[in-house]
Amino acid sequence: MTPTKANPSNTVTAEPEPVRCGLPGPVGPLSALLVDALAGGPRGLPGEATSLGNPLDDADLHLALYLCFELNYHGFAGVDSDWADEPSLLRVRRLLGEQFLAALTGNLGPLPDGADVPDRLEAIIAADDSPSIATYLLQHATEEQVRELLVHRSAYLLKEADPHVRVLPWLRGRPKAALVEILADEYGGGRAERMHAELYARCLRTLGMDWRENAYLDRLPGVTLATVNLTSLLCARPRWRGALLGHLAVTEMTSSEANRRYAAALRRLHLGQRDVIAYFDEHVLADAVHDVVAAHDMAGAFARAEPQLAESVLRGAQMLLHVEGAFARHVINSWAAGASSLRG
Amino acid sequence: MTEDQGGAETVITLYRDGPLLVRGNFRIAQPDGTTIDASRATVALCRCGGSRTRPFCDGTHRLIGFRATCGPEGRRRQDDSDEG
Repeated sequence: MTPTKANPSNTVTAEPEPVRCGLPGPVGPLSALLVDALAGGPRGLPGEATSLGNPLDDADLHLALYLCFELNYHGFAGVDSDWADEPSLLRVRRLLGEQFLAALTGNLGPLPDGADVPDRLEAIIAADDSPSIATYLLQHATEEQVRELLVHRSAYLLKEADPHVRVLPWLRGRPKAALVEILADEYGGGRAERMHAELYARCLRTLGMDWRENAYLDRLPGVTLATVNLTSLLCARPRWRGALLGHLAVTEMTSSEANRRYAAALRRLHLGQRDVIAYFDEHVLADAVHDVVAAHDMAGAFARAEPQLAESVLRGAQMLLHVEGAFARHVINSWAAGASSLRG
Repeated sequence: MTEDQGGAETVITLYRDGPLLVRGNFRIAQPDGTTIDASRATVALCRCGGSRTRPFCDGTHRLIGFRATCGPEGRRRQDDSDEG
Protein backbone atom coordinates (compact mmCIF):
# COMPACT_ATOMS: atom_id res chain seq x y z
CA MET A 1 0.00 0.00 0.00
CA THR A 2 1.00 3.58 -0.24
CA PRO A 3 3.27 5.45 2.12
CA THR A 4 2.29 7.72 4.91
CA LYS A 5 3.14 11.20 3.82
CA ALA A 6 0.40 13.80 3.49
CA ASN A 7 -1.44 13.69 0.22
CA PRO A 8 -0.46 16.47 -2.17
CA SER A 9 -3.43 18.68 -1.33
CA ASN A 10 -2.34 18.76 2.31
CA THR A 11 0.89 20.66 1.81
CA VAL A 12 2.85 21.51 4.92
CA THR A 13 2.98 25.23 5.56
CA ALA A 14 6.08 26.85 6.99
CA GLU A 15 4.57 28.70 9.95
CA PRO A 16 3.09 26.76 12.85
CA GLU A 17 -0.24 28.51 12.97
CA PRO A 18 -3.40 26.71 13.99
CA VAL A 19 -5.26 26.07 10.78
CA ARG A 20 -8.32 23.99 10.13
CA CYS A 21 -8.47 21.26 7.53
CA GLY A 22 -11.48 20.68 5.33
CA LEU A 23 -13.95 17.85 5.78
CA PRO A 24 -12.76 14.34 4.87
CA GLY A 25 -14.34 12.25 2.16
CA PRO A 26 -17.20 9.94 3.24
CA VAL A 27 -16.69 6.19 3.47
CA GLY A 28 -20.33 5.06 3.68
CA PRO A 29 -23.90 6.28 4.14
CA LEU A 30 -23.53 7.59 7.70
CA SER A 31 -20.42 9.64 7.07
CA ALA A 32 -21.88 10.81 3.72
CA LEU A 33 -24.96 12.07 5.54
CA LEU A 34 -22.78 14.13 7.88
CA VAL A 35 -20.24 15.35 5.34
CA ASP A 36 -23.04 16.52 3.04
CA ALA A 37 -24.97 18.22 5.82
CA LEU A 38 -21.96 19.91 7.46
CA ALA A 39 -21.06 21.61 4.21
CA GLY A 40 -24.19 23.73 4.70
CA GLY A 41 -25.52 25.67 7.67
CA PRO A 42 -26.95 23.94 10.76
CA ARG A 43 -30.24 22.23 10.01
CA GLY A 44 -32.12 19.13 11.08
CA LEU A 45 -30.51 15.80 10.19
CA PRO A 46 -32.67 12.78 9.33
CA GLY A 47 -33.71 10.80 12.37
CA GLU A 48 -32.28 7.35 11.75
CA ALA A 49 -28.61 6.59 12.08
CA THR A 50 -27.75 2.93 12.28
CA SER A 51 -24.58 1.22 11.25
CA LEU A 52 -24.81 -2.06 9.39
CA GLY A 53 -21.19 -2.89 10.10
CA ASN A 54 -19.50 -3.99 13.31
CA PRO A 55 -19.87 -1.02 15.70
CA LEU A 56 -16.46 -1.80 17.19
CA ASP A 57 -14.51 -0.83 14.11
CA ASP A 58 -16.87 0.08 11.26
CA ALA A 59 -15.11 2.85 9.32
CA ASP A 60 -18.38 4.56 8.37
CA LEU A 61 -19.82 4.62 11.88
CA HIS A 62 -16.57 5.79 13.42
CA LEU A 63 -15.91 8.51 10.88
CA ALA A 64 -19.47 9.80 11.38
CA LEU A 65 -19.08 9.71 15.16
CA TYR A 66 -15.66 11.35 14.95
CA LEU A 67 -17.11 14.18 12.86
CA CYS A 68 -19.86 14.74 15.43
CA PHE A 69 -17.34 15.02 18.25
CA GLU A 70 -14.83 17.05 16.27
CA LEU A 71 -17.31 19.92 16.03
CA ASN A 72 -16.75 20.38 19.76
CA TYR A 73 -12.98 20.45 19.33
CA HIS A 74 -11.13 22.36 16.63
CA GLY A 75 -13.70 21.86 13.87
CA PHE A 76 -13.25 21.95 10.13
CA ALA A 77 -12.63 24.72 7.61
CA GLY A 78 -15.87 25.73 5.96
CA VAL A 79 -18.10 24.16 8.63
CA ASP A 80 -20.31 26.48 10.68
CA SER A 81 -19.26 26.07 14.32
CA ASP A 82 -22.92 26.39 15.37
CA TRP A 83 -23.26 22.77 14.31
CA ALA A 84 -21.61 21.98 17.67
CA ASP A 85 -24.92 21.96 19.55
CA GLU A 86 -27.40 21.32 16.73
CA PRO A 87 -29.91 19.00 18.45
CA SER A 88 -30.33 16.61 15.53
CA LEU A 89 -26.56 16.19 15.26
CA LEU A 90 -26.31 15.55 18.99
CA ARG A 91 -29.00 12.90 18.59
CA VAL A 92 -27.02 11.15 15.84
CA ARG A 93 -23.93 11.36 18.05
CA ARG A 94 -25.83 9.79 20.91
CA LEU A 95 -27.24 6.97 18.76
CA LEU A 96 -23.91 6.06 17.21
CA GLY A 97 -22.10 6.39 20.51
CA GLU A 98 -24.54 4.08 22.24
CA GLN A 99 -24.21 1.47 19.46
CA PHE A 100 -20.44 1.56 19.88
CA LEU A 101 -20.58 1.42 23.66
CA ALA A 102 -23.11 -1.44 23.70
CA ALA A 103 -20.93 -3.53 21.39
CA LEU A 104 -17.85 -2.73 23.44
CA THR A 105 -19.47 -3.51 26.78
CA GLY A 106 -20.61 -6.86 25.41
CA ASN A 107 -17.00 -7.79 24.67
CA LEU A 108 -15.48 -7.18 28.09
CA GLY A 109 -14.28 -10.01 30.29
CA PRO A 110 -14.94 -10.51 33.99
CA LEU A 111 -13.50 -7.99 36.42
CA PRO A 112 -10.47 -9.08 38.46
CA ASP A 113 -10.46 -9.09 42.23
CA GLY A 114 -8.09 -6.95 44.22
CA ALA A 115 -7.56 -4.99 47.40
CA ASP A 116 -8.66 -1.67 45.91
CA VAL A 117 -9.18 0.05 42.58
CA PRO A 118 -5.46 0.79 41.87
CA ASP A 119 -4.73 -2.88 42.61
CA ARG A 120 -7.50 -4.03 40.30
CA LEU A 121 -6.37 -1.67 37.55
CA GLU A 122 -2.93 -3.30 37.77
CA ALA A 123 -4.61 -6.69 37.46
CA ILE A 124 -6.52 -5.55 34.36
CA ILE A 125 -3.27 -4.38 32.78
CA ALA A 126 -1.52 -7.63 33.70
CA ALA A 127 -4.33 -9.68 32.13
CA ASP A 128 -4.15 -7.82 28.82
CA ASP A 129 -2.61 -10.06 26.17
CA SER A 130 -2.70 -7.60 23.28
CA PRO A 131 0.40 -7.25 21.14
CA SER A 132 2.56 -4.19 21.78
CA ILE A 133 3.10 -1.74 18.95
CA ALA A 134 5.85 -0.08 20.97
CA THR A 135 7.77 -3.36 21.19
CA TYR A 136 7.22 -4.06 17.49
CA LEU A 137 8.51 -0.59 16.63
CA LEU A 138 11.57 -1.04 18.79
CA GLN A 139 12.44 -4.41 17.30
CA HIS A 140 11.25 -4.43 13.70
CA ALA A 141 9.76 -1.23 12.37
CA THR A 142 10.92 0.64 9.30
CA GLU A 143 10.88 4.43 9.13
CA GLU A 144 7.73 4.22 7.01
CA GLN A 145 6.00 2.21 9.72
CA VAL A 146 7.02 4.70 12.40
CA ARG A 147 5.55 7.46 10.25
CA GLU A 148 2.35 5.42 9.88
CA LEU A 149 2.02 5.16 13.63
CA LEU A 150 2.53 8.92 13.96
CA VAL A 151 -0.30 9.40 11.45
CA HIS A 152 -2.64 7.10 13.39
CA ARG A 153 -1.92 8.80 16.70
CA SER A 154 -2.20 12.32 15.27
CA ALA A 155 -5.99 12.10 15.48
CA TYR A 156 -5.79 12.26 19.25
CA LEU A 157 -2.35 13.58 20.12
CA LEU A 158 -2.80 16.87 18.24
CA LYS A 159 -5.65 17.56 20.66
CA GLU A 160 -4.21 15.65 23.60
CA ALA A 161 -6.18 16.21 26.82
CA ASP A 162 -8.85 18.40 25.20
CA PRO A 163 -11.64 15.83 25.76
CA HIS A 164 -10.80 15.41 29.45
CA VAL A 165 -11.24 19.07 30.32
CA ARG A 166 -14.97 18.51 29.95
CA VAL A 167 -14.97 16.03 32.83
CA LEU A 168 -13.57 18.37 35.49
CA PRO A 169 -16.91 19.97 36.45
CA TRP A 170 -18.28 16.50 37.20
CA LEU A 171 -15.67 15.79 39.89
CA ARG A 172 -15.10 17.07 43.40
CA GLY A 173 -12.24 17.03 45.87
CA ARG A 174 -9.12 14.92 45.45
CA PRO A 175 -9.96 13.21 42.14
CA LYS A 176 -10.66 16.62 40.63
CA ALA A 177 -7.38 18.07 41.92
CA ALA A 178 -5.54 14.99 40.58
CA LEU A 179 -7.06 15.39 37.13
CA VAL A 180 -6.14 19.08 37.16
CA GLU A 181 -2.57 18.19 38.10
CA ILE A 182 -2.37 15.78 35.14
CA LEU A 183 -4.02 18.17 32.71
CA ALA A 184 -1.77 21.06 33.78
CA ASP A 185 1.18 18.93 32.68
CA GLU A 186 -0.54 18.01 29.40
CA TYR A 187 -0.92 21.72 28.71
CA GLY A 188 2.76 22.40 29.36
CA GLY A 189 2.38 23.86 32.83
CA GLY A 190 1.18 27.08 31.24
CA ARG A 191 3.92 27.25 28.60
CA ALA A 192 2.56 27.04 25.06
CA GLU A 193 5.72 25.56 23.60
CA ARG A 194 5.57 22.71 26.13
CA MET A 195 1.95 21.74 25.54
CA HIS A 196 2.00 18.08 24.64
CA ALA A 197 -0.08 18.61 21.51
CA GLU A 198 2.44 21.23 20.43
CA LEU A 199 5.36 18.84 21.10
CA TYR A 200 3.59 16.31 18.87
CA ALA A 201 2.97 18.88 16.14
CA ARG A 202 6.67 19.84 16.30
CA CYS A 203 7.61 16.17 15.92
CA LEU A 204 5.46 15.89 12.78
CA ARG A 205 6.75 19.18 11.37
CA THR A 206 10.37 18.18 11.91
CA LEU A 207 9.76 14.93 10.03
CA GLY A 208 8.21 16.89 7.13
CA MET A 209 4.74 15.57 7.92
CA ASP A 210 1.47 17.48 8.04
CA TRP A 211 0.98 18.75 11.59
CA ARG A 212 -2.51 20.23 11.15
CA GLU A 213 -5.33 18.62 13.12
CA ASN A 214 -7.26 16.14 10.97
CA ALA A 215 -4.90 16.48 8.00
CA TYR A 216 -4.69 12.68 7.84
CA LEU A 217 -8.32 11.92 8.59
CA ASP A 218 -8.83 10.36 5.14
CA ARG A 219 -6.12 7.80 5.96
CA LEU A 220 -7.43 6.56 9.31
CA PRO A 221 -9.26 3.20 9.53
CA GLY A 222 -12.25 2.68 11.80
CA VAL A 223 -10.15 0.88 14.38
CA THR A 224 -8.04 4.02 14.86
CA LEU A 225 -11.00 6.38 15.02
CA ALA A 226 -12.61 4.05 17.57
CA THR A 227 -9.76 4.75 20.00
CA VAL A 228 -10.38 8.50 19.78
CA ASN A 229 -14.16 8.13 19.78
CA LEU A 230 -14.07 6.09 22.98
CA THR A 231 -12.24 8.91 24.74
CA SER A 232 -14.64 11.53 23.39
CA LEU A 233 -17.63 9.39 24.27
CA LEU A 234 -16.62 8.79 27.89
CA CYS A 235 -16.07 12.55 28.25
CA ALA A 236 -19.53 13.31 26.86
CA ARG A 237 -21.81 12.26 29.66
CA PRO A 238 -21.47 12.69 33.47
CA ARG A 239 -22.76 9.13 33.95
CA TRP A 240 -19.59 7.82 32.30
CA ARG A 241 -17.14 9.86 34.37
CA GLY A 242 -16.01 6.82 36.35
CA ALA A 243 -15.27 4.89 33.17
CA LEU A 244 -13.35 7.87 31.81
CA LEU A 245 -11.19 7.99 34.93
CA GLY A 246 -10.38 4.27 34.61
CA HIS A 247 -9.65 4.80 30.91
CA LEU A 248 -7.30 7.69 31.66
CA ALA A 249 -5.65 5.91 34.58
CA VAL A 250 -4.68 2.89 32.49
CA THR A 251 -3.58 5.17 29.66
CA GLU A 252 -1.18 6.83 32.09
CA MET A 253 -0.15 3.60 33.80
CA THR A 254 0.96 2.04 30.51
CA SER A 255 2.37 5.13 28.84
CA SER A 256 5.88 5.65 30.24
CA GLU A 257 7.22 2.31 29.07
CA ALA A 258 5.53 2.58 25.65
CA ASN A 259 6.94 6.05 25.09
CA ARG A 260 10.40 4.92 26.18
CA ARG A 261 10.25 2.26 23.45
CA TYR A 262 8.94 4.73 20.86
CA ALA A 263 11.85 7.04 21.66
CA ALA A 264 14.31 4.14 21.42
CA ALA A 265 12.80 3.08 18.09
CA LEU A 266 13.17 6.62 16.72
CA ARG A 267 16.80 6.73 17.85
CA ARG A 268 17.46 3.31 16.29
CA LEU A 269 16.16 4.67 12.98
CA HIS A 270 18.36 7.78 13.30
CA LEU A 271 15.31 9.98 13.83
CA GLY A 272 16.49 11.13 17.24
CA GLN A 273 16.56 14.86 16.51
CA ARG A 274 15.55 16.84 19.57
CA ASP A 275 12.27 18.12 18.12
CA VAL A 276 11.26 14.63 17.00
CA ILE A 277 12.09 12.88 20.23
CA ALA A 278 10.98 15.57 22.70
CA TYR A 279 7.34 14.43 22.76
CA PHE A 280 8.30 10.86 23.67
CA ASP A 281 11.06 11.70 26.15
CA GLU A 282 8.70 14.13 27.87
CA HIS A 283 6.07 11.42 28.21
CA VAL A 284 8.43 8.94 29.82
CA LEU A 285 8.89 11.32 32.75
CA ALA A 286 5.52 13.08 32.76
CA ASP A 287 3.55 9.85 32.64
CA ALA A 288 5.65 8.31 35.40
CA VAL A 289 4.14 11.07 37.54
CA HIS A 290 0.69 10.75 36.00
CA ASP A 291 0.79 6.96 36.48
CA VAL A 292 0.54 7.06 40.26
CA VAL A 293 -1.47 10.28 40.44
CA ALA A 294 -4.07 8.79 38.09
CA ALA A 295 -4.19 5.36 39.73
CA HIS A 296 -4.24 6.43 43.38
CA ASP A 297 -5.20 10.09 43.70
CA MET A 298 -7.67 10.17 40.80
CA ALA A 299 -9.25 6.77 40.06
CA GLY A 300 -8.63 5.28 43.52
CA ALA A 301 -9.87 8.31 45.44
CA PHE A 302 -12.86 8.63 43.11
CA ALA A 303 -13.88 5.02 43.72
CA ARG A 304 -13.66 5.53 47.48
CA ALA A 305 -15.74 8.71 47.28
CA GLU A 306 -18.30 7.20 44.90
CA PRO A 307 -18.13 3.43 45.52
CA GLN A 308 -21.20 2.79 43.38
CA LEU A 309 -19.07 3.83 40.38
CA ALA A 310 -16.00 1.70 41.23
CA GLU A 311 -17.05 -0.97 38.76
CA SER A 312 -17.51 1.67 36.08
CA VAL A 313 -13.90 2.81 36.64
CA LEU A 314 -12.69 -0.74 36.00
CA ARG A 315 -14.93 -1.15 32.95
CA GLY A 316 -13.48 2.03 31.47
CA ALA A 317 -10.01 0.54 31.88
CA GLN A 318 -11.11 -2.64 30.11
CA MET A 319 -12.72 -0.63 27.31
CA LEU A 320 -9.46 1.23 26.71
CA LEU A 321 -7.42 -1.98 26.51
CA HIS A 322 -10.03 -3.55 24.23
CA VAL A 323 -9.97 -0.78 21.60
CA GLU A 324 -6.19 -0.36 21.92
CA GLY A 325 -5.74 -4.11 21.51
CA ALA A 326 -7.88 -4.13 18.34
CA PHE A 327 -5.88 -1.18 17.03
CA ALA A 328 -2.54 -2.86 17.81
CA ARG A 329 -3.60 -6.14 16.16
CA HIS A 330 -4.73 -4.31 13.03
CA VAL A 331 -1.48 -2.36 12.74
CA ILE A 332 0.85 -5.28 13.47
CA ASN A 333 -1.09 -7.72 11.27
CA SER A 334 -1.02 -5.22 8.40
CA TRP A 335 2.71 -4.76 8.74
CA ALA A 336 3.35 -8.47 9.10
CA ALA A 337 1.50 -8.93 5.79
CA GLY A 338 3.69 -6.31 4.16
CA ALA A 339 0.79 -3.86 3.88
CA SER A 340 0.08 -0.37 5.12
CA SER A 341 -2.09 -0.06 8.22
CA LEU A 342 -3.62 3.15 6.87
CA ARG A 343 -6.54 3.56 4.53
CA GLY A 344 -5.49 3.80 0.92
CA MET B 1 0.28 26.37 37.32
CA THR B 2 4.02 27.02 37.22
CA GLU B 3 7.04 25.72 39.07
CA ASP B 4 6.58 28.54 41.55
CA GLN B 5 4.22 27.25 44.19
CA GLY B 6 4.22 30.55 46.07
CA GLY B 7 6.39 29.34 48.92
CA ALA B 8 4.17 26.37 49.67
CA GLU B 9 5.70 23.61 51.77
CA THR B 10 7.39 20.72 50.03
CA VAL B 11 5.52 17.44 50.29
CA ILE B 12 7.03 14.06 49.43
CA THR B 13 4.42 11.34 48.92
CA LEU B 14 5.17 7.62 48.89
CA TYR B 15 3.13 5.58 46.42
CA ARG B 16 2.61 1.87 46.95
CA ASP B 17 5.01 -0.19 44.81
CA GLY B 18 5.99 3.00 43.03
CA PRO B 19 7.97 6.22 43.14
CA LEU B 20 8.20 9.16 45.52
CA LEU B 21 6.34 12.23 44.29
CA VAL B 22 7.64 15.65 45.21
CA ARG B 23 5.29 18.62 45.15
CA GLY B 24 5.64 22.19 46.30
CA ASN B 25 8.67 24.43 46.35
CA PHE B 26 11.78 22.35 45.71
CA ARG B 27 15.05 22.17 43.85
CA ILE B 28 16.89 18.97 42.95
CA ALA B 29 20.65 19.34 43.25
CA GLN B 30 23.81 17.33 42.79
CA PRO B 31 26.30 17.25 45.68
CA ASP B 32 28.23 20.16 44.13
CA GLY B 33 25.04 22.23 44.15
CA THR B 34 24.34 21.98 40.43
CA THR B 35 20.60 21.99 39.82
CA ILE B 36 18.99 19.11 37.94
CA ASP B 37 16.22 20.56 35.81
CA ALA B 38 12.94 18.89 36.77
CA SER B 39 10.94 20.67 34.03
CA ARG B 40 7.66 20.16 35.87
CA ALA B 41 5.86 21.18 39.02
CA THR B 42 5.49 17.62 40.33
CA VAL B 43 8.28 15.08 39.89
CA ALA B 44 8.42 11.35 40.47
CA LEU B 45 11.73 10.19 41.98
CA CYS B 46 12.82 6.60 41.36
CA ARG B 47 12.48 4.38 44.42
CA CYS B 48 13.11 0.95 42.85
CA GLY B 49 16.57 1.80 41.51
CA GLY B 50 15.73 0.44 38.06
CA SER B 51 14.86 3.64 36.24
CA ARG B 52 16.88 4.50 33.16
CA THR B 53 16.21 8.19 33.80
CA ARG B 54 17.36 8.44 37.43
CA PRO B 55 16.78 10.36 39.60
CA PHE B 56 13.41 10.42 37.86
CA CYS B 57 10.98 7.50 37.64
CA ASP B 58 10.34 6.00 34.18
CA GLY B 59 7.85 3.34 35.18
CA THR B 60 10.38 0.49 35.39
CA HIS B 61 9.17 -0.46 38.88
CA ARG B 62 6.16 -2.12 37.27
CA LEU B 63 8.31 -4.24 34.94
CA ILE B 64 10.57 -5.51 37.72
CA GLY B 65 7.78 -6.18 40.20
CA PHE B 66 9.04 -3.65 42.75
CA ARG B 67 7.19 -3.85 46.06
CA ALA B 68 7.09 -1.19 48.76
CA THR B 69 4.52 0.07 51.19
CA CYS B 70 3.38 3.65 51.20
CA GLY B 71 4.25 3.97 54.90
CA PRO B 72 7.47 3.80 56.92
CA GLU B 73 9.37 0.52 56.82
CA GLY B 74 11.94 -1.09 59.11
CA ARG B 75 10.90 0.60 62.34
CA ARG B 76 7.38 -0.72 62.60
CA ARG B 77 5.30 -0.31 65.69
CA GLN B 78 4.37 -3.61 67.25
CA ASP B 79 0.73 -3.14 66.38
CA ASP B 80 1.54 -2.35 62.76
CA SER B 81 0.99 -5.54 60.80
CA ASP B 82 1.19 -3.92 57.37
CA GLU B 83 3.62 -5.85 55.21
CA GLY B 84 4.76 -4.55 51.84
